[in-house]
Amino acid sequence: MDITINILLTIATAATPLLIAAIGELVVERSGVLNLGVEGMMIMGAVGGFGASYLTGSPWIGLLAAIAMGAVFSLLFAVMTLSLATNQVATGLSLTLLGLGLSGMMGTSFVGQPGERLPNLEIPGLTSIPVVGRLLFGQDPIFYISIALTAAVMWFLFKTRTGLTLRSIGDSHTSAHALGIQVIRYRYLAVIFGGACAGLAGGHLSLVYTPQWVENMTAGRGWIALALVVFASWRPWRVLAGAYIFGAVWIGQLHAQAFGIPVPSQFLSSLPYLATVVVLVLISRNKRLTMMNTPASLGQPFVPDR
Amino acid sequence: MKKLLIALMTTTAAVSLAASAEAADKLKACWVYTGPIGDFGYSYQHDQGRLEVEKALGDKVETAYLENVSEGPDADRAFERLAREGCKIIFGTSFGFMDPEVKVAKKFPKVMFEHATGYKTGDNLGIYNARFYEGRYVLGQIAAKESKAGVAGYIVSFPIPEVVMGINSFMLGAQSINPNFKAKIVWVNSWFDPGKEADAAKALFDQGADIIVQHTDSTAALQVAEERKLHGFGQSSDMIKFAPNAALTSLTDEWGPYYISRVQAALDGTWKPDNVWLGIKDGAVKLAPFTNMPDDVKAMAEATAKKIAGGWNPFTGPVAKQDGTPWLKDGEVADDGTLLGMNFYVKGVDDKLPQ
Repeated sequence: MDITINILLTIATAATPLLIAAIGELVVERSGVLNLGVEGMMIMGAVGGFGASYLTGSPWIGLLAAIAMGAVFSLLFAVMTLSLATNQVATGLSLTLLGLGLSGMMGTSFVGQPGERLPNLEIPGLTSIPVVGRLLFGQDPIFYISIALTAAVMWFLFKTRTGLTLRSIGDSHTSAHALGIQVIRYRYLAVIFGGACAGLAGGHLSLVYTPQWVENMTAGRGWIALALVVFASWRPWRVLAGAYIFGAVWIGQLHAQAFGIPVPSQFLSSLPYLATVVVLVLISRNKRLTMMNTPASLGQPFVPDR
Repeated sequence: MKKLLIALMTTTAAVSLAASAEAADKLKACWVYTGPIGDFGYSYQHDQGRLEVEKALGDKVETAYLENVSEGPDADRAFERLAREGCKIIFGTSFGFMDPEVKVAKKFPKVMFEHATGYKTGDNLGIYNARFYEGRYVLGQIAAKESKAGVAGYIVSFPIPEVVMGINSFMLGAQSINPNFKAKIVWVNSWFDPGKEADAAKALFDQGADIIVQHTDSTAALQVAEERKLHGFGQSSDMIKFAPNAALTSLTDEWGPYYISRVQAALDGTWKPDNVWLGIKDGAVKLAPFTNMPDDVKAMAEATAKKIAGGWNPFTGPVAKQDGTPWLKDGEVADDGTLLGMNFYVKGVDDKLPQ
C-alpha cells in the first residue's frame, strides 16, 4: 500500500511542472499567439526562484520571484511580437536560447549550493488519515496551485465573457478588432500569464522537485509542455490528462526497470512520449471538434490599421 | 553567454592577431566541454582543472573554453574554431568528441590535441582517462557494509563500457563483503536531468533499496536520500553539502594535476601524444572524506583505497561472467583493453545489459 502511495506522489511531482507550463501556454495559444519560448521562461523561473530563495532564505519568496521572473521575461516576447510584429516562431525560439544562456550566467554563484525545499502541506488530523491523507492533504503547495489553475482556466475560457473574447481573438483577430476589441491588450495579458505559469513551473523544479540550481535543469520540459498543448487540442482537462499520463508512464517505466522486467531500457524511456501522444491522439480523433478547438489565427502577427 | 563572447572573439581574431604578436610567448590552452560548467558534476570538474592551470602557470598561459558543445558535427566546428583562434593545446573532454578531434587534429598538425575517455590517437593527438572503477570498488564495499536490506539502487546513464565497468567493479566490491548483495539498476538514458535522476532514486528506494549509487551527474538522487533518511554516494564533485546526513563519500574527478603537467610540457616543448589512464594513485580519482559511517567501515574503505593505490586491480580473478562462465582465473588481472571495451556483466548483477 505504501509503495502505491509513494508512486502516486512521485507521479504528481513529475506531472506538476508540465501541467502548469502547458496550461499557461494554452491560454497564450488560445489568444492566437504561439510562444515557443516556454523552455526559456521556465529556466528563468527556475533560476529566479532558486536565487531569491537562496538570498532571502525563504522558498516562499522564491516562489513569487519565479512567477515574476517568468512574467517579466515573457514581456520581452510580448513587446517584440505584439508591438513590433516580429515573427512569433523565430522570436519564441530565440527567447528559449536567451533564457538558457542568461540563466546560466545569472546562476553562476548558485551552482553547488543546496537549496531549501518548499514545505509540504501539513494539516493536523487530515494529513495523517491513512491512504488518502498524504495524497490529498500532504503534497507540496505548487501541486494544489496546479490543480486550481487548471480548473480556473477551464472556467475562465468557457464560462466567462472575457474568456469568450479571448478565444474569439484567437480565432480571428481581424474580426475581433473590427468589433472594437483591443486585440493587442488581450494578447499582452495572455502572454504575461503564460510567462508567469512557465516561471512557476520552473520554480517547482528548483524549489520542490530538486531543490538546487544547475544549468539546463529544465532538460526539455518546456518542449514537452508545448507538445502537450497541441496534442490536447487546446482543451485544459486534456492537458491535465496528458501531463499525468506522461508522468505515470515515466515513473512506471522506472519501477519496471528497478523490478527487473526484461524490456530494453531505451524502449521504456521512450514510452512516456509514445503513450502520451497515442492517448491524446485517440481522445481528440474527432476531426471536426479538433478543427473547432484550434485557434485559427495561431501564430499570425496582427498589425491594427493605423 | 560565454559562447557568445568566444564568438565575438572569433570575429575580432583578425584584429587581435597584431596584438597577439607581442603576447606571443603566452601559450593558449583551450577546453571543450559537453555539458555546462555549472552542472556541478563532470564538466564542472574539468573546468576546475582549467582554473588550476591558470593558477599554477599564471601569466605564461591564457585559457579559453567552449561549453555545451554537443557530440556531433557541432564538435567539429568547435575544435576547428579554437584551433584557428590560436589555441596551441586543446583538450576535448567527452567520449563523443573522439572522431571530430581526430579529424580536426589532422587539419592542424601544429596544434596539440588531447582527448579524454576515448581510444583513438594520432601524431598530434594524445588520450587520457581516469580509472573511476577503482573508486567504485570501494563504494561497493561501503554499500555492502552499510546497507541493511543488502540491496543498492544504481542509477545509470548509457550502456557504454565506462558505465558497465563501474557497475561490475561496484558489484565485485560489494560481493567481497556480502556474497548475496544485490543491486537494482535503472537506466535513465541521460547524463544530466536532475528531475529524472530524483524520480529514479525514489523508485529504487520504494522498491526496497536503501543505498543509492549513481553514474549520472547531478546531486538530485542524494537529495532524495537525505529526505528519506537513507544513504548514497556523490558523483564527480564532493556533494556532501547537499546531503550532510546521507552522503557516505563522493567519487570525485581531479583533472588539475594532469592538465598542469600537460600544459607545462607544451610550454617546455616536450609535449608528445600519450595514452594515460590515471587512477587513485595519481590523484586523478579521489574519494571525498568518508562520512556518516562507523569507524571500522571507514578504516576498511581507507585500507582498500590504499591497496588499490598500491597497484592492486579490482578486476583480479577469480571472476565469473553474469551467466556463470569463468572470465578471470584465480589471480589473473583483466587487461586494460578488455576493460575499455567491457560489454558484459559479472556474476550477481541483476539486470539485462541493454545492447
